[in-house]
Amino acid sequence: MALVLNEEQVMLKESAAGFLAENATVAHLRALRDSNSERGFSDDVWGEMVQMGWAGIAIPEAFGGLGYGYTGLGLLLEQAGRNLSASPLQSTVLVAATLIGELGSARQKEALLPAIAAGQKLVSLALQEGPHHAPQQSALSAAVNEGDYILNGTKVMVLDAVSAHTFIVIARTSGASGEEQGLSAFLVDADTAGLTVERRSLVDSRSAGALVCDNVRIPAANLLGDLGGAWVGLIRSLDIANIGLASELLGVSTEVFERTIVYLQERKQFGRMIGSFQGLQHRAAELYAELELARSIVLKALQAIDNGDQDVSLIASAAKAKLCEVAQSATNEAIQMHGGIGMTDEYDIGFFIKRARVVQHTFGDYNYHLDRFAQLSGF
Amino acid sequence: MSDLNQFRQQTRAWLQENCPETMRQRILGFGDFYNGGRNPEITHPDQKLWCDRMADRGWTVPHWPKEYGGGGLSAEEVSVLGQEMTAIGARRALDSFGISMLGPALLHFGSEAQKLEHLPKIVRGEIRWCQGYSEPNSGSDLASLATKAESKGDHYLINGQKIWTSYADKSDWIFCLVRTDSSGTKHEGISFVLFDMAQEGVTTRPIKLISGSSPFCETFFDNAIADKKNLIGEEGNGWTIAKYLLTHEREMISGFGAAPKKSVGQLALENMGADASGRLCNSILRQNIAQYQLDTMAFGATMARVGDESKAGQGLGAASSIFKYYGTELNKRRNELNLAVCGESGLGWEGEEYHQGAISRDWLRSKGNSIEGGTSEVQLNIIAKRVLGLPDA
Repeated sequence: MALVLNEEQVMLKESAAGFLAENATVAHLRALRDSNSERGFSDDVWGEMVQMGWAGIAIPEAFGGLGYGYTGLGLLLEQAGRNLSASPLQSTVLVAATLIGELGSARQKEALLPAIAAGQKLVSLALQEGPHHAPQQSALSAAVNEGDYILNGTKVMVLDAVSAHTFIVIARTSGASGEEQGLSAFLVDADTAGLTVERRSLVDSRSAGALVCDNVRIPAANLLGDLGGAWVGLIRSLDIANIGLASELLGVSTEVFERTIVYLQERKQFGRMIGSFQGLQHRAAELYAELELARSIVLKALQAIDNGDQDVSLIASAAKAKLCEVAQSATNEAIQMHGGIGMTDEYDIGFFIKRARVVQHTFGDYNYHLDRFAQLSGF
Repeated sequence: MSDLNQFRQQTRAWLQENCPETMRQRILGFGDFYNGGRNPEITHPDQKLWCDRMADRGWTVPHWPKEYGGGGLSAEEVSVLGQEMTAIGARRALDSFGISMLGPALLHFGSEAQKLEHLPKIVRGEIRWCQGYSEPNSGSDLASLATKAESKGDHYLINGQKIWTSYADKSDWIFCLVRTDSSGTKHEGISFVLFDMAQEGVTTRPIKLISGSSPFCETFFDNAIADKKNLIGEEGNGWTIAKYLLTHEREMISGFGAAPKKSVGQLALENMGADASGRLCNSILRQNIAQYQLDTMAFGATMARVGDESKAGQGLGAASSIFKYYGTELNKRRNELNLAVCGESGLGWEGEEYHQGAISRDWLRSKGNSIEGGTSEVQLNIIAKRVLGLPDA
């Protein structure tokens, strides 16, 4: 497949850019933060996104989606990154719908995917337990009891925790922490007895939270996929999730870079525009080259998913590691080149560096993915 | 059967019949590339035979038009030919600056007579070309060049000196930037001329590099003569042609940034071993190699993307500068990692046990990649000004 966007994708990208620049900008995020929004996104904006079909963009048409594939979803996430648009695109559309597609039975997919595509249901993955992404270390326990499962343990970094109607909780049904076998996925409704949802406040002013399971009783029918066999579907979903997050980071990085270039063309010191200084020009040019590489690897990774490549792990870790690296340097350079004003809350650049770091850490940061890239490369 | 399929069948059969067994062996060193010329350097007599057979069909330069000796193949046919050659391990029949640099400039700027005169000889490998660009006082500031061309009726009289002329001592003709007028700004008054090196007024002297090899020369012109029918474009318009040609040179050099056949990570594992978890034993080196391989993958994807975009009629501004900058920096990183991975065995200079210093000599040669064809710093200047629109100092 040629590494270019087709006509349909270009139109999608442009309409998303137009809509978000109007309705879900940094100014909107600032307002959500300053009003101490519980959910961290606007229901009205999300409602319009659903109207445009975004909630089902990558869901097959057979399950009520648009079937645009992950390249389509990636383009939306990139534009969301450019505008710092808050919505359940990541939690529900990118991660949960993918995992349900990977692990769910026909009946479960029938029950959940059309509801997600119609914007009736928000679903979020509850995976991480410690401060770092370490899926095989999952220890939240699920014990069998009279044909049900009893869940005990805690989860953090659960995206849109306070808004989700249903969680996909990764729990250990056998084996020991560190083993891939023995992990199972359970559908747990937010109002289930014994489940406590905590809103947490992270630097990006979005909506990640924590779950506490205290003897949460789940019927066997809520098992998603095989008992003890969630690993393969989970990893594939995480690979896809990381490629989607890499798309968002591409948008964040491109936007801060472009804003910084504009600033270099405006700000005067020593009687001349600071963009005329070679010390800044070369750093900007190097970053531009890195951004071009970042754009290529993200597109290649998105296409790998849509081509039906069975193993997307290597390209997923490559894309996430590269985008973590580029986003880190783009946001750091943005602040440095803006100088003092870049340090102020009043100026918008700070919102980008805050969002970038949270996305970088979600489902594995640079260090995690570069290590995994080396491992998958055989050394 | 579709036309393309038929072309594939015929090509396969022809290659089987005509590509000598010896030309299906792996390229071992620079000497195995066939550059043609009046007195071609060869490591095997079949090199010339193979080149002649391919040239008869125009397939040494398959994408050039038939009327100039090329193959006249479509882009699809060119890639089929490439695939079929790769399938049997066939070497490229001819590599030359005529193909990669002068040819594209002639096709773009040359008159009909000039194309008919020079392109077929490039296709057949009859004339080996070199490039007269840099001068001792005009390196990065190429446009300040001073080699003087005086108009003498039907010809120019050329006096001055070029430097870093690749393979000047082995070349037959030169495409050369000369100053025909010094009254205007430095970019004006430059002309692009072609002339024969086999004349009294031209001498060359190879320059020995830190790698021990001498691919470059100093080239001296003492009343050398260039026929005016070999002035390309208009007099004084040479800078435009020079820049066009440089983008081709930069794309060629940036190819060095491609991933090597055996990955550096694999080489490191073989040389240094793994820890109990199967990871390379030194975690610092492992990280450096991983970052290099990651960047190489992203660079490869960028070359592919820009190629596809240009086919789709979109273009990335100053793509050749990005490729030149990034590809050559990558190649330098690869060579440094090679040295780290090989340790003592990479430091050898001579002797069988060191393969005559292949690793250290490649490493030293790679330092020139980010200088030749425009330094990395010049590429960054171009990106900053032309793509990002940052102001001049």
